[in-house]
Amino acid sequence: MSGLLALIRKDLRVELRTKETLASLLLLGILTLLVLSFAFEPGSESRGEAAPGALWVAVTFSAVLGMNRSFASERDNDCLQGLLLCPVDRGTIYLAKAAANFLFMMAAQAVILPVFVFFFDQTISSSWLGVMACLALGVLGLSAVGTLFAAIAVRTRAREVMLPLLMLPLVVPLFIGGIRTTARLLAGRPLADVAQWLNLMLAFDLVFLVVGWLVFAYAVEE
Amino acid sequence: MTSRAIAWTDSLLPPLTFFTMASALYLVFVYVPTDEAQGIVQRIFYFHVPIAMMTYCSVATVALFSILYLWRGDRVYDRVAHAGGELAVFFCSLVLITGPIWARPIWGTWWTWDARLTATLILWLIYAAYLMLRSVSPGVEGARYAAVLGIVGAFDVPIINRAVYWWRTIHPAVLVNREGGTGLTDPRMQLALAVSFVGFFLLFLLLLRLRTDSLRLTDSVEDLRQQALTA
Amino acid sequence: MKNLDFLFAAYTAIWVLLFFYISTLSRRNRSLEKELEELREILEQRRQRPNT
Repeated sequence: MSGLLALIRKDLRVELRTKETLASLLLLGILTLLVLSFAFEPGSESRGEAAPGALWVAVTFSAVLGMNRSFASERDNDCLQGLLLCPVDRGTIYLAKAAANFLFMMAAQAVILPVFVFFFDQTISSSWLGVMACLALGVLGLSAVGTLFAAIAVRTRAREVMLPLLMLPLVVPLFIGGIRTTARLLAGRPLADVAQWLNLMLAFDLVFLVVGWLVFAYAVEE
Repeated sequence: MTSRAIAWTDSLLPPLTFFTMASALYLVFVYVPTDEAQGIVQRIFYFHVPIAMMTYCSVATVALFSILYLWRGDRVYDRVAHAGGELAVFFCSLVLITGPIWARPIWGTWWTWDARLTATLILWLIYAAYLMLRSVSPGVEGARYAAVLGIVGAFDVPIINRAVYWWRTIHPAVLVNREGGTGLTDPRMQLALAVSFVGFFLLFLLLLRLRTDSLRLTDSVEDLRQQALTA
Repeated sequence: MKNLDFLFAAYTAIWVLLFFYISTLSRRNRSLEKELEELREILEQRRQRPNT
């Protein structure tokens, strides 16, 4: 457990110094929201209907494109070897990385969400708590799958394109669940109405955190 | 895999497959009565459904042999998994081609965002990515990465199916389950479907064998080439 | 009858794809086996007449 916390602290400290991953996640999210704003005319009805979708496209794309960075530094400086020499279980390394990526993405959401509210003209209400919980579940799943496949993608030939290619079809349940939940909550529906989607997303998160924890060793073995 | 089992696939499997598929064709085009609701086009069903089942069979093969490979390390497991992945894309492509051809005369559009077809499309994308991963990362490392994807993909399939199904049925505005005819009551129809299913399963085994062989031969040729260069 | 055209299209698609896949596989297997034989012969010759 102490090893886990130490690894998380290491990733946070490195990130605080360079802020590379954070900047990528943030800028990609905002750019996606901007591009989608052009796709849907301001003031039109379709814009309001598309809003939940736009939010989740921004979140998903920033995650899928931004998580490439999370292993890039390890690869560039051969830090991965050093990491593997540590007396820590490979699964623990995975959980630490996934936790760190989760924290980075949630930090990015702290900016992306307000930008979304501004661009898409949303009103704040108590249902936003539900939306944020839903986002947390989605980001957790994206982190679980993304951390595992970023480790793989960074060591293949076509590394920039591999991560989105691998991740996007796999995270479809999170994407659909997130959009459905957000749409309903923002329309004023109670939490009970979205319970089954939240359960699905939670199940997704748990399954892939466990699977990732089990197979990460094979993704990073030399 | 005992060598007797393999010998069986070499000698008995091809003629058995041919015979079963020929029977299936006869049953589908001559024996079976025409469906009242959908007409002649409904006969696509008798191949479309077994092909879809073979897609799932291929996915299961990839998952099982990926786990075996990571656990045991024997290259044979990796080759079977690789062949399975290719077959998954192959059968999935057939489903995605025959599905719209069936849907067009019945529902009027090529693509209906029907739950099953959409989930199949996502499946296709996952295993196409599997093949791409294989091609950009050769060797033992690539085999390991592909095994990881094979396992993750298989675990994801039920979750994806659930999510897509809920996505379609909670908003029933656009379309209805296209398979209104799965409740096959006519025993002749059931027979045609059953024989077709067996035929495609035998075909799956045959293709799996052929493809695994070709991978094994490729590996052997590589090995000998290495030897010839360094000897 | 238009419906018959669709039926024909579907079954033809299945047949064409199957045919190409199987014939490609068989052809590749055969050429690989031939190459394997050739390589084996080369190594056999090397062993009987070393350092040629």
